[in-house]
Amino acid sequence: MRFAVVVEVQLREGVADPQGATIERSLPHLGFDGVSGVRVGKSIRFTIDADDEAGARREVEQLCARFLANPVIEDTEVRVEELVS
Amino acid sequence: MTRTVGVVLFPGSNCELDVMEGIREAGGDARTLWHGDRSVGDVDAVVVPGGFAHGDYLRPGAIARFSPIMSAVEKFAGDGGPVVGICNGFQVLTEAGLLPGALQKNRGLKFLCTSVDLRVETTASVLTSNAEVGAILRIPINHFEGNYTCSARTLAELQADDRIVLRYVDNPNGAVDDIAGICNEGRNVVGLMPHPERASSPLLGSDDGLVLLRSLLSSAAASLNSSG
Repeated sequence: MRFAVVVEVQLREGVADPQGATIERSLPHLGFDGVSGVRVGKSIRFTIDADDEAGARREVEQLCARFLANPVIEDTEVRVEELVS
Repeated sequence: MTRTVGVVLFPGSNCELDVMEGIREAGGDARTLWHGDRSVGDVDAVVVPGGFAHGDYLRPGAIARFSPIMSAVEKFAGDGGPVVGICNGFQVLTEAGLLPGALQKNRGLKFLCTSVDLRVETTASVLTSNAEVGAILRIPINHFEGNYTCSARTLAELQADDRIVLRYVDNPNGAVDDIAGICNEGRNVVGLMPHPERASSPLLGSDDGLVLLRSLLSSAAASLNSSG
């Protein structure tokens, strides 16, 4: 089975996000008022072959822990969806 | 006897020649270690230099840490060999788990290229053994992700064990507790954001980095003696 995977990498709560802060600060100058809580992250997309969804998820979690994110400063959120051929 | 420092060369490293020149200026010898090698050979110390290893893709150091040479560096460090990571090299060592914490983007979102004053906080490390506690060293910085951060628990450990090696006198990047450099528990692995090799001659505006490079050479000699 083949699964489509989206990994969202976000800075952990409490870790300074200077990119998000800069975007947020610039918005009122462009006429966008009332926007708050801007956080900048990464999204990483790929497909993976696995026997079932649980297996795919397990593999992706390992991939995240070992490589895609640095747990000292980043959190990940994983979405796995079966691809229908 | 002249000590030889191995300087790791990744695709995208760009400070290796400066480090080798600085080491020679300090009285040692130096040669490069290729990232694809599986051994550090017979070098007496290892420096992971600055640059943009593997283009800093994903995160600085994230890909470089899986290079074959890094397993050899890890073993060398595990055996007590002196290892120093400068700038991008510091990022590689944290990603590799040889040093705790991480380097995040500078507070203020600016790439910083300037000279800063550093205070030597301990002489119990392979990079500061010849220095004096409290000495102020003028050394260049050149980084975007130099803002050191770690968990509150790790910070407490670093403070309690006297493992904060260098602090900024005037914090340029938002690093927690003004940290510019730290060492591991064994005190033989040091990471720092500033570039001592760029302060290795009065011609460069400062030779304050020489005391650090000489410390590394002394430590290389000492670790050889202790391991026979």
